[in-house]
Amino acid sequence: MARKTIKVDYLNRVEGEGAFKVVVRDGAVKSAELRIFEPPRFYEAFLRGRSYMEASDITARICGICPVAYQMSAVHSMEKILGIRLSEPLRELRRLLYCGEWIESHVLHIFMLHAPDFLGYDSAIHMAKDHGDLVKKGLALKKIGNDILNLLGGREIHPINVRVGGFYRTPAKRELAPLAEKLKWARDAALETVRLVAKFDFPDNERDYEFVSLRHPNAYPFNEGRVVSSKGLDIAVEDYDQHFKEIHVEHSTALHSQIVGRGSYFVGPLARYSLNFDKLSPLAQQAAREAGLGKTCNNPFRSITVRAVEVVYACDEALRVIADYAEPDKPYIAAEPRAGIGCAATEAPRGLIYHHYELTADGSIKSARIVPPTAQNQSTIENDLTSFVAGWLDLPDTELQHRCEQAIRNYDPCISCSTHFLHLDMDRG
Amino acid sequence: MAGKKPRLAVWKFASCDGCQLSLLDCEDELLAVSGAIDIAYFPEATRGEISGRYDVSLVEGSVTTAHDAKRIKDVRARSRVLITIGACATAGGIQALRNFADVKDYICAVYAHPDYIDTLATSTPISDHVKVDFELRGCPINKKQLVELVSAFIARRRPVVPPHSVCIECKLKGNVCVMVAQGTPCLGPVTHAGCGALCPSYNRGCYGCFGPMETPNTKALSGELARHGMDAKALKRVYGTFNVNAEAFREEMKRHGS
Repeated sequence: MARKTIKVDYLNRVEGEGAFKVVVRDGAVKSAELRIFEPPRFYEAFLRGRSYMEASDITARICGICPVAYQMSAVHSMEKILGIRLSEPLRELRRLLYCGEWIESHVLHIFMLHAPDFLGYDSAIHMAKDHGDLVKKGLALKKIGNDILNLLGGREIHPINVRVGGFYRTPAKRELAPLAEKLKWARDAALETVRLVAKFDFPDNERDYEFVSLRHPNAYPFNEGRVVSSKGLDIAVEDYDQHFKEIHVEHSTALHSQIVGRGSYFVGPLARYSLNFDKLSPLAQQAAREAGLGKTCNNPFRSITVRAVEVVYACDEALRVIADYAEPDKPYIAAEPRAGIGCAATEAPRGLIYHHYELTADGSIKSARIVPPTAQNQSTIENDLTSFVAGWLDLPDTELQHRCEQAIRNYDPCISCSTHFLHLDMDRG
Repeated sequence: MAGKKPRLAVWKFASCDGCQLSLLDCEDELLAVSGAIDIAYFPEATRGEISGRYDVSLVEGSVTTAHDAKRIKDVRARSRVLITIGACATAGGIQALRNFADVKDYICAVYAHPDYIDTLATSTPISDHVKVDFELRGCPINKKQLVELVSAFIARRRPVVPPHSVCIECKLKGNVCVMVAQGTPCLGPVTHAGCGALCPSYNRGCYGCFGPMETPNTKALSGELARHGMDAKALKRVYGTFNVNAEAFREEMKRHGS
């Protein structure tokens, strides 16, 4: 078979619209393209002229799966410009909110989008016919993530309670108590999930990635920390633009990110885990060891196990926050708008998400730039296809195509997000 | 309809995926729903091909490309009942802000190679292109309303989705009025119900994500908002969000500056 093209025109079980094409010539992979054809929505353009108070509500709409990630990067950027320092309880509540999103998003991916690949079904709904209890457990676990978002955010999709300086309303300690009861069950269910997915049959595909994530001296990262990599990068978020750049390629409405001088890199659970294993709770570390994971993991097919370990961590961390919670004096720290430039990076379920804003004196947004995780992973996904497909060429066509789809789903790509960004660092010759 | 389950399809146009995610967020109802209906096309959740006709199509997202303007006609032709879910499909979404700007400027602000980008100058609701049988409001939709709607169409009865304002929901909930009691500007008096008066329940004014209610008096509300300190720029912004292209909000936005 000298010529071969593997093509899928509409990727399923991913969020958003994408396709891919791998071209093989004389037994070698010639090219691999992940095409993103989400119609552009131009968020960075229409954010100009909006109020600094609107950025979190507006950018949440970039993605219905991980709105909290957008809200967090937006409000932390604004708080840097305004010089707001959050009180400890507000900081903790933001961690709790992120725990809810990680649980909801990771469990959705593990059970509904990814597990059917390993168990041989077209969807979780089909899978439910033979594995009803498994799907029910996944749905129950996911719901507890959503319960956190509902209580703290007002609703699970596009929460309404996040504001610059804190929250519109903070919960009383007794409101959080029923959540703790549910989270204890969730933590056990998450541990069982790790054991379950660790038994899946993983292809032996590893690559030498440059992992990038936040790292904080005393916590597994959500909202704070320096940007570090497995190849020695260690920078303040403010220096992000000196080390990363985005490129606009023809086959995609999403921009591709690169580390200056080195090329593609990897963000998301595998990167976070491999750079922050020592910051996981003891229980999450133990679950990882029992699942056969080392302190780092370079096989993207095992990302389902790493996601499950992060769900254990998120349940554990949510329980810690609730146990330690002391009600704040006020729900938010107020500050007057002022002109300035601010940026922030936080850890979306799918990896690092970077926002950069410039405000005028009245708090209107002069420029906005948003770099979502899937855009950053796009080159790495294409390189995975190029590298892995060479070893799979003996597989029958349908199986080969399915394996390629899986290689993409390893990243839990959120294609809705990936297209919504923007970039002003223009290459106009 | 004994014997054969109704076929459901979920279609995506320009959107954030949040409204279709609401279906997967029905953790307690999803397996019951999938027992009663055949989820025949739902690419976000399942591998499967477009084929034949569907009894109910749920459409998320707005029309922003020439390709999508054609595609929605095919979706309509395949569907007995077509329901739009959410502000993008029902009103054009926040991406309809381009309708009041120069789309070339938008493209250049975001992309290094504007020539790679293929887009229309407008973002329009599904009803501008084909007949729509029901429009479910919200950014995002309320999943309980979605379950009600799908159940109603399967049973061929009218869905119970009240068209009154968010104010009524606040009263039903026993909320203290944030505008009267705290002086917080609120779009509740002109906004379509469905969220359960979420923002006022969190000490914040409604920001209109369910779009205009039936016959809203936006002009009177704007006067009240101005008395609460909102200038023309702020008034223009407050109507110009997720339902900016819904007629009542669009016209009121335009009254406060182009």
